Amino acid sequence: MTIEWETVIGLEIHAQLATRSKIFSGSSTAYGATPNVQANLVDLGYPGVLPVLNREAARMAVRFGLAIGATIARRSIFARKNYFYPDLPKGYQISQYERPIVEDGRVAIVLDDGAQKTIGVTRAHLEEDAGKSLHEGLGRHSGIDLNRAGTPLLEIVSEPDMRSAREAIAYMKKIHTLVRYLEICDGNMQEGSFRCDANVSVRHRGRHEYGTRCEIKNLNSFRFVERAINYEVARQIELLEGGGSVVQETRLYDSDRNETRPMRSKEEANDYRYFPDPDLLPLALDEGFIEEVRSGLPELPDQKAERFAREHGLSPYDAGVLTASRELAAYYEEVLRVLGGEAKLAANWVMGDLSGFLNRDNLEITRSPVGAKRLAGLLARIVDGTISGKIAKEVFEAMWSGQSDADAIIDAKGLRQITDIGAIERVVAAVMAANPAQLADYRSGKDKLFGFFVGQVMKATGGKANPAQLNDLLRKMLAG
Amino acid sequence: MTAAELGRGLRAGKFTSVEVTKHFLGRIDHSGKQLNAFITVTPERAMADAARADARIARGEGGLLTGVPLAHKDIFCTEGVLTSCGSRMLSNFVAPYDATVVERLAGAGMVMLGKTNMDEFAMGSSNETSWYGPVRNPWDGTKVPGGSSGGSAAAVAARLVPVATGTDTGGSIRQPGALTGLTGFKPTYGRVSRYGMVAFASSLDQAGVLAQSAEDAALVLGAMAGHDARDSTCVNAPVPDYSAGLGRPMKGLRIGVIGEFFGAGLEEGTGKAVRTALEAFRAMGATIAELSLPNLPLSVPTYYVVAPAECSSNLSRFDGVRFGHRCADPRDLRDMYKRSRGEGFGAEVKRRIMTGTYVLSAGYYDAYYLKAQKVRSLINADFKRAFGEVDVLMGPTTPTPAFAIGAKTNDPITMYLNDIYTIGANLAGLPAVSVPCGFVDGLPVGLQIIGPHFAEERLLAAAHAWQQVTDWHRRVPPMFA
Repeated sequence: MTIEWETVIGLEIHAQLATRSKIFSGSSTAYGATPNVQANLVDLGYPGVLPVLNREAARMAVRFGLAIGATIARRSIFARKNYFYPDLPKGYQISQYERPIVEDGRVAIVLDDGAQKTIGVTRAHLEEDAGKSLHEGLGRHSGIDLNRAGTPLLEIVSEPDMRSAREAIAYMKKIHTLVRYLEICDGNMQEGSFRCDANVSVRHRGRHEYGTRCEIKNLNSFRFVERAINYEVARQIELLEGGGSVVQETRLYDSDRNETRPMRSKEEANDYRYFPDPDLLPLALDEGFIEEVRSGLPELPDQKAERFAREHGLSPYDAGVLTASRELAAYYEEVLRVLGGEAKLAANWVMGDLSGFLNRDNLEITRSPVGAKRLAGLLARIVDGTISGKIAKEVFEAMWSGQSDADAIIDAKGLRQITDIGAIERVVAAVMAANPAQLADYRSGKDKLFGFFVGQVMKATGGKANPAQLNDLLRKMLAG
Repeated sequence: MTAAELGRGLRAGKFTSVEVTKHFLGRIDHSGKQLNAFITVTPERAMADAARADARIARGEGGLLTGVPLAHKDIFCTEGVLTSCGSRMLSNFVAPYDATVVERLAGAGMVMLGKTNMDEFAMGSSNETSWYGPVRNPWDGTKVPGGSSGGSAAAVAARLVPVATGTDTGGSIRQPGALTGLTGFKPTYGRVSRYGMVAFASSLDQAGVLAQSAEDAALVLGAMAGHDARDSTCVNAPVPDYSAGLGRPMKGLRIGVIGEFFGAGLEEGTGKAVRTALEAFRAMGATIAELSLPNLPLSVPTYYVVAPAECSSNLSRFDGVRFGHRCADPRDLRDMYKRSRGEGFGAEVKRRIMTGTYVLSAGYYDAYYLKAQKVRSLINADFKRAFGEVDVLMGPTTPTPAFAIGAKTNDPITMYLNDIYTIGANLAGLPAVSVPCGFVDGLPVGLQIIGPHFAEERLLAAAHAWQQVTDWHRRVPPMFA
C-alpha cells in the first residue's frame, strides 16, 4: 500500500510599508542609496537615542487589517526581539509579539480548478527591518549597510491552510495584489519590498496532527516559492519514506541549485527573550481613527472582480485577471468607457494581445506604449467593421512600435476592409478560374476545400475582405 | 553660594559668569582632585560659555540660571565631549549630539564645567563600579558618596560646582544626595526627557538634580523638564513654575509615614533624625499618619528582575561594531563580541546583564519577569491607595549613613539593600526628593519625601519649608568650606 501524503504550508510574508521615513526615525526609506547615508543616530543605535513611532506605518497596518476583515487591536504592544548580529544595531529588533496590531483575518484565493478557498491570516504585526551585511568585494572583511535598518515591515502570518505550492502562490499573489491596491507596499520583489518565508510540513492524508515543519527563508520571487516548496516537500517525503524523520529547522533556499539546505536547527535557534519595549508606549487606536481609515479604503480586488463580473458580464476568471492590479483594472475600465461597451471584446484584447506585448517587453501596464484611449480607438474599428480582428492585430503591432493612432495606420497601410460586394465577386471569380482542379473537387463533394478558397481570396485581398460577406458570397459562387 | 544666589548676583552685576566659572574651575583643580568626582573637565568650553552668558546678561537677556555653572553626570550625551558612562566600554566615546537635558540647560544659559564620575552605566550604589575609580565622600574621604550619581553628589557637596544633574533608576540621585547632605530630586517618570541619556533600565530611569537647596532644585528642574517629541515616554503636560510654588504653607499637609521603612535594618541615628523632622512638620501644621504599604518590601527583588532585564537588552548595542571599545585583533565575529564586551564591561554590569538575560529566557520569563511586573502593579496600587489618604509620604532615604569604601563591594545583596527605601518610587514612577535632616557621627542623613505623579511642586514646597526652619542643607564639609 502506498501512503498518500498531504502537504501543509503556512507563509510569513514581509511587506515593506511604503512610508517615506523609517518606522522609528526620520531617515528616508528610499532604495538604492550609497551605503549608510540613510542611517541617522537612531538607526545606528547610538547610546541615548530613542525610537518614536511613525504613525503612518500604523495607519498602513490598519488599512491592511480592515481589508482582510481582521480584528484591529485597540492596544498593541511593541516588543524587543533580542539577538546579536552586526547588521542589527541595537542588538534587538523592535517588533510586535504578544499583542500584534492585526489579528484573525482571511483572504479568498481561486484554485486551479476555479474553486474558491479561504486562507486564514493569523496575524499581521509591525516591525523594523535590519540592515544588510555585505560580503562581496571586501576581501577578508564584511561590510554593514544600515540604510535598510529601521525600514517599516508588516509581517503577515498565515494559518497553515495551504495544501500545495500552487495554493501558496495563489495566496501570496493575492496578498501582493492587496498590498498594492491599498498602496501600503510597492510590491517590488527584486528590491526585497515583498518577500516570504514558508513553513512546510507533510503528513499522511487524513491525519489531524501536523508533521514536523521546516521554515524556508530567502524566498523573493513567486517562482522560487513554488520551486522551494516542491523541493522541500519531495525532500521530506523521501526522508520519511526512507524511515527517517524531519528535523525542525530553518533552511535556506538556494535558487542557483534549486535546493534547500539547513541554516540552523531548533537547538541552535536563538532564544529571543522577547519583552515589551519600555521605550515605546502601547499603540492605542481609537474608533475614530479606525473608522477614518476604513472610510479611506479603496475598492478592494474581490469587490472589484465581483462588480466586473456583474456589470460587464465577465466570467469570474476574466474578472479575476483584470482586477489583479488596480492599474490593469483602471486601464480596462478606461477602454470600456471610451469604447462605450463591448466588455468581452475589450477583455479579450487587454488579457490577450496587450498583456502578451507587455510581458514580451517586460513593461508594467502603466508604461504601455498603447494607452487605454488608443486601444479603444482600435477596437472601435473592429466594432464598426472597418477592419477584421485579424487585421486589428497587425494595426496593434504598428501602434505598439509607433505613435500613430489606429485610424492613421489603417489609412496609411490601406487596411480598410473590403465591403464592396462587386470587388469581392471579382476576386472570387479570378480565384475560381485559377484553380479549376480544386473547384471540380469541391463540387464533387470535397467540402473541406471551402477553407482553401477562403484562404486564396484573403491572400489576394491582403486579408481585407469582410469575412462574413466573403463566406456568403463564396458559398454561392462555388455552388455554381 | 547656591545656584539661585549666584544667578541673582550675576544679574545684579556683583560678579561675572567668567569670574564665577574661573572660581569653580579652580576649586575642581585644587581641592577637588582627591574626590575623583569628575571624569572630564571642560575648562575652555566653560570659559567660552561663561563669556557668552555674560554677554547675554549685559544685554539684559537670559534667565535665572544664565551664567551659573553646572556639571552633568557622564551618562548624558554631550556633543564633542567624552561621554563614558563610567565604563571602559565608552571610554573612547565622544558623543555626536547633546541630550535634551544638556541642550535645555545650555539653552537656559548654564555653563557646563565637565562630566561627573558615576557607577558604571549607573549600576551601583557606592560609585565603586566606575572604570574611572571610586569617588570619595567629601564629608569623609574613606566613605562612599553613594551612587550611581556619586560624582555629581560629591562635586556639589564639596562646592566644586553649584549644582549638577543626575539620574535615578533605583535611588541614584536621592541616595547619594542623602549620603552627601544634598537636596536630591527625582521627578515623575516622564517629566524629563530621557533622550540622550544612556539607558540603563528604560522604564525606571529618570533625570533629576543634585542641588544645595530645594530652591535650586526647583530652578534647574523647571529648566530641564517638559515635553520632548524624541522620547515617547516623555509626558506632554505643561511645566509649572516650580519656584513660584515654593512658599506654600505646610498647614494642613497630610503626611503619611510608611511603617515598612522603620523596621529592622534602619540605623538608629538615621531613624531618630527622620522622626525629629516629622515632628518639625507637625509643628508647621502638617498632620502625620502612619501607613502600611504591604507590598513595598518586595521592591528590591522586583527591581532586581526588572532593571537587569531591561539593562541586558539596552546594553546589547555595545558590541564593538559601531562605537565604543573593540578588542584588539578579533579572530572572527564571535571573538569580537566576546572580548569587546568581556573587556569593556565591569563585574557589576556583567552580573546584571547575566541576571537580566536569565530572567527573560524562555522558560523563566513567566516566573521572573512577568511575576515582577505583577508585583510592580501591586506596589503601584499600594502607593495609589496611600495617596488617596495623604498628600505626601515621608521616611528615611537610606538605612544608614555613608559606609566605608570597599565595605560592601564583595556582597552585592547587602549593597542592593541600600536602595530599599528609594526603589519603590522608581517602580511606581513617582517623584521623590531627599533633603538633609541631620548628621550621624559627622555624616549626613536624608529625609525622603515621595509624592503622587506630577506632584513636584508639593514636594519642592515641603522640602523648601523644611529648609526654611533648618540649616542642615547649608552645612559644607569642613575640608571644602
